[in-house]
Formats: sequence, structure tokens, C-alpha cells
Amino acid sequence: MRALRQIFAVTLLNLKNLPQRLGSSVVAVVGVAAVVLVFAAVLSMARGFERTMVTAGAEDTAIIMRSGATSEMSSGFGGDQVLVIASAPGLLKDGDTPVLSAELFVIVDVKKKSTNTDANVPFRGVQASAFDVRRDVRITQGRMFETGKNEILVGRAAQSEFQGLDVGSTIRFGKTDWTIVGAFEAGGSVSESELWTDVRVLQSAYRRGNSFQTVRVKLESPESLDILESSLKDDPRIDPDVMSEREFYSSQSEQVTQFIKLVGYPLTILMSVGAIFGALNSMYSSISVRGKEIATLRALGFGPIPVLVSTIVESTLLALAGGIVGGALAFVVFNGFQVSTLNFASFSQVVFNFAVTPDLLLEGLRVAVIIGVVGGLFPAIRAARLPVAQALREL
Amino acid sequence: MAEVLARLEGVSRTYQKGKEKVEVLHNLDLQIPTGDFVAIMGPSGSGKTTLLNLLGGLDRPTSGTIHVGGAELTAMSNSQLSHWRSTNIGFIFQFYNLLPVLTAQKNVELPLLLTSFSSKERAERAAIALDIVGLADRARHYPRELSGGQEQRVAIARAIVSDPSLLLCDEPTGDLDRETADEILKLMQILNREHGKTIVMVTHDAQAAQYANRTLHCDKGTLEAREAA
Amino acid sequence: MKYFGLIWHNIWRKKIRTSLTILSILVAFLLFALLSALGYAFKYGEESADAERLIVIDKVSLINLLPIAYQNQIASIAGVHSATHATWFGGYYQDPKNQFGQFPVDPHEYFAMYPEFKMPEEQFDAWVKNRTGAVVGKDIADAFGWQVGDRIPIQSTIWTAKSGEKTWEFDIEGIFANEEPRGNTSMLLFHYDYFDEARAFGQGLVGWYIVRVDAGADPVQVQNAIDAEFENSRNQTESAPEAQFAAAFAKQYGNIALIVSLVLGAVFFTLLLVSGNTMSQSVRERISELAVLKTLGFSDRAVLGIVLSESVLIMLMGGLLGVGIGVIAVRGVAASAGAFLPGFHFSPTAMAMSLLLMVGAGVVAGIFPALNAMRLSIIDALARA
Repeated sequence: MRALRQIFAVTLLNLKNLPQRLGSSVVAVVGVAAVVLVFAAVLSMARGFERTMVTAGAEDTAIIMRSGATSEMSSGFGGDQVLVIASAPGLLKDGDTPVLSAELFVIVDVKKKSTNTDANVPFRGVQASAFDVRRDVRITQGRMFETGKNEILVGRAAQSEFQGLDVGSTIRFGKTDWTIVGAFEAGGSVSESELWTDVRVLQSAYRRGNSFQTVRVKLESPESLDILESSLKDDPRIDPDVMSEREFYSSQSEQVTQFIKLVGYPLTILMSVGAIFGALNSMYSSISVRGKEIATLRALGFGPIPVLVSTIVESTLLALAGGIVGGALAFVVFNGFQVSTLNFASFSQVVFNFAVTPDLLLEGLRVAVIIGVVGGLFPAIRAARLPVAQALREL
Repeated sequence: MAEVLARLEGVSRTYQKGKEKVEVLHNLDLQIPTGDFVAIMGPSGSGKTTLLNLLGGLDRPTSGTIHVGGAELTAMSNSQLSHWRSTNIGFIFQFYNLLPVLTAQKNVELPLLLTSFSSKERAERAAIALDIVGLADRARHYPRELSGGQEQRVAIARAIVSDPSLLLCDEPTGDLDRETADEILKLMQILNREHGKTIVMVTHDAQAAQYANRTLHCDKGTLEAREAA
Repeated sequence: MKYFGLIWHNIWRKKIRTSLTILSILVAFLLFALLSALGYAFKYGEESADAERLIVIDKVSLINLLPIAYQNQIASIAGVHSATHATWFGGYYQDPKNQFGQFPVDPHEYFAMYPEFKMPEEQFDAWVKNRTGAVVGKDIADAFGWQVGDRIPIQSTIWTAKSGEKTWEFDIEGIFANEEPRGNTSMLLFHYDYFDEARAFGQGLVGWYIVRVDAGADPVQVQNAIDAEFENSRNQTESAPEAQFAAAFAKQYGNIALIVSLVLGAVFFTLLLVSGNTMSQSVRERISELAVLKTLGFSDRAVLGIVLSESVLIMLMGGLLGVGIGVIAVRGVAASAGAFLPGFHFSPTAMAMSLLLMVGAGVVAGIFPALNAMRLSIIDALARA
């Protein structure tokens, strides 16, 4: 208890003369703030991308692709094979008809607003049942496309990211004109990066006959996935890969998030090392300024431990202040900031928002505390070992 | 009568202290012949140091003219003054003012950096200067490894290394014990008599002033000569 | 230069402080080296482009295929020196994570189009003779430990053979290098003739064309002529110089350069504060010494120069150490992952940039303390001491 009181008293004294060494303290705080800012900003891209991809995937939706296909684009089924899937067990039924959407997935060049260069925008042919398979899709503007017409529904994110996708405008792909008739939301998921049209129209525009690329089905329950998979694997008419939509999207997001993390974490570690040097500098100069004061306290009977602990506490408080500033700045500046990138797994653009999440901020503060403690440790040891008599004489 | 090395004519110096104007020197005329060793005494605030600063071109008078060794200091620009100081004036301070990061040898070489001497010549000259002050064996020591008297000797070596004609000393023995102070003062006497240096020394120590040829008393901005005891 | 000793000793006045400052600078420049290598990797396609090469793709999307018949039409357009084609095979080796480029091509045409690719003649001839033969770039061969004579399975995510097989086997007949320093060789090339005959669908279609423009011809004119040629065809085309094509593709990933600059901005802002603080502390501690220097006759400008030199020298020490370690680290990363991140390297431009940054940051960090030192009044400073 007495030790605690001493620590408190000494820490308070330390903080009181902080203004005398404002320069190096501010430098230490800014150093930590920069680390946490960069950490939160870079990793919030991974978080945002992951969130966009993963919210798209439901556990009780299965996606069926040709075996060996790594993306929707490289998959393919004939119309007869889709019928095989429709009659498989485990599917959720609406009356007698299974909730199933056979889709076509192609890519069209649309210019990105930010760069004014062509980007690979996903263009999906869907059946009306696509809205039953994806429950959170909602038309927010305009109307549904009519079957058999060159009409497009555009995802909200695609609309804000790419040029010429306003409702009512027409867009030309090759020699075909398409009319944008509506826009939709999909809970912030990757679907919002896409353009949708009637699958039959897309089939004829791309001369695909009656073929599709992927089939999405609603399952009776997430557990039905195994039943569906084993039934389809046993069927000689079809050679599919079956996985839950969630699994599919998390595998699709892996490459990008791994890349960001692979860059982000070493970056944070290196910057933290730099910030530790800054914190060390600040604390060493704090001790040299306070040398006489520390010696006086020791002469009065304060122990070395309170001196040691109080130095670490001061350094940690400074780092924490930096962490809070950096985290807040990251949140204010970057959270929700919309960008798009090419997801190589699907070879198409994914529009997503930076997500500065609470767990990311907490992780940032943890980094700040580590910097503070490490940066305070050695100076603290030196402070505690300061020879009292000599320090009193020198100053 | 030897020729005049330094001549002050009608020199006044006022400082602005807050809203008040303080006149430290008032219409001062002074001549210092070549080869002289002058002690200037007086209470603090009497303008001793100001006089020294004016002679060294560190400060400018509010009015009046100052000539030192044929140069009119009052007509020179700051950078001209810097250059002039480096060859004509040696300063010796109460607290020695050696650079703690340099050895004795390098401290003495410092003024020579402003000349065109090669590093070899610089080292030779610094060695000679250190020899004159009797510290040849301490050349590689840092100031913190020297006693106060030794530090002041290094400072003197630094002051004479570029062979200036005028040495300006501000309380050179103010921080030394009697015995050491006497050694330093004897050294200064030697510099004055054997090496022909003109010396102006500010001091408040009457015993120190006895080493000088004459003593001037500075009070309320005017100087009054008294016979050396 | 004769002030060097003075400057050097002043720098080390407080050893801990200076060391820590130098270490902070080291980290900043290490980051600079790594991040500029990363930025360069994304710009690499643009940097290595040949000004006389055009890329012709389908106007709707890069993924749409073009008829092989276009080749002769393109070749006959005025200003076109030669044309060849390539197709994205979309395969991987053993694990879907091991993706790299494989292209069915015409051996003679392709190597004529890319003269920077070099390989022993006998290996090239052996490849031409072997229908299922392939040649691989040095980087990818090193990454997977392939050697001439190996038979390797490549699993395509797009192309099925008529046999229903998606795994295609190739005999490695040669390994080619890129004459350009650090040029990309992360690819496998095999016979288009074999590919076209063996694939289950898509006969007579290729991914894109590569066109060499006649020396002296205006690439823009040729580009427009090609697109005009196919204006009324089923597949319209979009032609662009190789560099522009690569740049536009890189932009699909987002503004990597901006992100890199923002991160570096934060790093260097902090760095300036750190070294600026060190310099101003250092000047504050030795005001009386600076006054002494001036008393001895050092001019204002010399004092300014001394303090600035200290700042720049500290920055150079930390910076050169950081860049040095950075170059080693970049080489290490390139050696282990270069096949999948071609162009990850510290370019001469970045080197020059880093030197500029060191001097610039040194001046900026030192200028205010140096000005304070320069403006120092001797009398005040001596009186304070």
C-alpha cells in the first residue's frame, strides 16, 4: 500500500514537470500516434475487404461450381446439369420448387471514377430467384429489370465507384446498349460491386446457349450441405465442387487480406521499433531533466521501485495518449472510406470500405502500450540506479 | 610613448532594460598603447564587461568610435568583425569556455580552422601554444579531465594560437584559488612581457590587478586611472 | 571539411540520444526502401514496357477471346511490323496458391516479339520440335526447382482438354532469362498449336494480340487503325501501348502509390519531429559554446553551416544504414518471393530519391535550431553562462 502511494506521488511529480520537456514528450506521443494511425489504416483495408466478402456469404446457401474451378468465371454447367442440381436432396423448397439461382458471371470494362481507367466490373446474369437465394438484396432505386430485355440493375457500391451507372442512363458493351433501370443494396456485401441482368439476356449476348456458370441454392439448414454434396458427387451426370457460400467467399478474400496483412504487420512492427527509439529518447531526457528531483526524492526516503515504476507509468501514459490520438485519427479519416480493388481470385473489382473496427483500435492501443513499456523500461532502470549523492552534487 | 593599439573616442553604450534606459558607458575616451597590460576594476554593473565586449567587437557602442590596431570597429559589418576577431583578438573567460567534446589540442586548434593552415600546420601551432602555457603533456585530455587551472591554461593557449595582438580577459582568475590564480597571472605577465601581447583584463580582485602595468577603475560609466600599487 | 572533426564530436555529445535518433532514422529509411520496392512492383509492368509494342484486347473485356483470324488482318495494317498472340491459361502448379502466368504461344513469333527473352538455341529448337514441350522463365523455374527434362503437371482453372482432363502435362525443354535487369520471367510458354487442338472448347480463339509497330510509324495512328479495322466486327478491339495497358491494369488494384506515399508521409513527418527535437535540444545545451565559437571569429554563416551539417550528417548516417539494410531485405524478399511479385526491387530512382530525402530531411530538421544558433547574441549567451 505504501509502495503504491509512493508510486502515485512520484508519478504525479513526473507529470507535473512534463511541460518542461514538452519537446521530446510531444515527439514520443506523435511517434506512437503515427504507428497506430498507419496500423489501423492499413489493417482496416483488410478488415473492410474481409467484411464485404464474408457478409456476402450465408451458411445456409450453397454454391455449386464445376470441380476444379477456382472462381465463378472458370466454372460452367449445362442447363440439364442445373436440373440435376435442382432435384438433389437438402434444398430448401418454396412449395414444390427449390430455392435455386443458376447464374452467369462475366466481366465488362467500365471506367473507375477515381482513375478514369478501365476496370474489370463483374456482370452477373441472374434469375428472379436470385433475390430469394440472397435475402438481403433490396432494390433501392428504380425498378427490377424485365426479363428478356437489355436492362441492368446496378449495385449501390458499383454505382458510386464506376462511371456512367446512374439509373436511367444507357451503357454500351461492345455493340449492345444496356439501360440501367435500378439500383440495389445487399447489406454492404460484395454483390453491391456487381451489375445484374436477366441471365437469359446475358446468355444470348455472350452466345452461351443454355449454359450457366454457378448455381446457388438455399439449403434446408447449414447441415444439409453434406447431404447435397455427397448426392451430387455420386451423380455421374455432373462433376461439381459444393461449398457453403460463406466458405466460398472467405476463400475468395484470402489472397487480398493475406497480402494486406503480410504488408501491414511487418510495417507496424518496424514502425513500432522506430517509435520505441522515440519513447526511449523522451524518457532518457526526462530522467536527465529530473535527475536532481529523483535524487532528492531518494534522499527523502522514497525507494527505487516507485522511481522505476513511475518512469514506466509515465512512458506508458504518453504512448497511450499517442495511441488514442492515432486511433482516433484513423477512425475519423479512414473509417468508411470507399475504395475498390481487383480481387485476383475472381479477376474482378470488389468495392469495399475501410473498416476501423473496435478490435482493430484495441489492438492498436495494445501496440501503443507495448511501445510505452519497452520505451520506459531501460530509462526507468537507469533512474532507479541513479547514485543519489552524485546526482545531488552535480546539479 | 609606444604607439596606440586601441582608441575609444566619446563611446557611450545604453541598454534598454524593460522600459528604462540604462547608460552603462558615458562618453568614454580611452587609449591603450601597444604592449600595455591594463586591469579594469569596478563594481558589477559598472560597465567593465561592456568595455571588453566593445574592444573585442562583440558589441557596438550607441555612439562614439572605436579603433583597434588601425581598424575602425564601428565601421565594420558583423561578418567583417567576425573575421577580424579571428586574427586580432584572443579571448579568455572566467569559466574557460572550452568545448567539452574536444580534446585540449583540438580546442586550441579551433581558431585556426578559420585560417588557411593545413591540418598539420594547425597541429604544430596548437602544440607550440600548449607548450607556452606548460600543458604540452595534456594535449590529448578532454576538459573534464583537467583541473580548473589547467583548463584556463588551455583557454589561454587557444587565445594566443592565432597570434593576436590583443588579449581580452574577463575575470580570468575569478573561478580559481589564490595559488592557481597567481600562476595564471604570471603566465599572462610572461605573455605580456616576453611575447609582446597587449592585455586588457577585467577583474574585481585587487591582487590580480597588481600584475598589470596599470589599473583603471570603472564606475558609473566613466573610467578613472590610478597608479598601480 | 576541416570543420568535420568539430561537427563529428558535436554529434556524439550525447551518445544515447544520437544513437537513438540514428536508429529512428534507420527504421524510417528501411521502411522507405521496402515500401518503394513494393510500389515499384505494382508499377513494374509499366516500367519494363517496350514503346514499340501495342496490346490489342477485346473492347468489352480483357477476358473475352478474339478470333485467331484477326492476326493476319492486324499484320496487314500499315505501320504494323508484326503481330502475335497469347492466351491466359489460368493454371497453377500443385496448389491453387501457386498461380503464375502460362501462355500458349507461337514460339518463333513470340520470341521475336519479346527479344529481351534469351535462351540457348538448342533448347529453343528442342522446344519447337516437341509438341507438348514448354519453356519456363528462370524465376519460376527457380521457385519450383524445375529443370530441363522435367515433366510437370499444370492444372488449368479454365481450360479442359478434350480428354476431360484439366491437368495438362508439359516437358520442360528450356529455361529462358530476361535480358533486362530484374525483368520478369515468372511464366511458362507452350505451343498454341497443341493447345488449340487439345482444348475441349474455344477453338480458334486467343486472349490478346501483341503488335510491334514499324520503327518510325506513329503508334497512336497504328492503334487507331487496328481498332477501326474491327469496328464492325463481332468482337471490337481496344488497342493500347504496352505501358499504358500495364498502367491501367495496375490501377485496377487501387492507388497503391498513394497508399505508399501516405504511409511514408506519416513516417517522415514523425522522423522530422524526432531529429528536429534532437537538434534543438543539442543546440540549447551548448548555447554558450556556440557563443564562444562566434567570439573566436566563426562567422554567423559558419555556425549555421556547422549545425546544419550535424543535422544532415546524422540523417545520412541513419539513412544510409537504413537504405543499406533495406536493399539487403528487398533482395531477400525478391529471392524468396520474386517469382510471385516480379519487380519487387529498389530502383535507382528510389535510391536517388532516398539520398535527396536524407539531405532534405536533414536540412528541414536542422534549419530552425541552426537559425537560432546563427542569430545567437554573443553577449546574451555569454552572460547567461
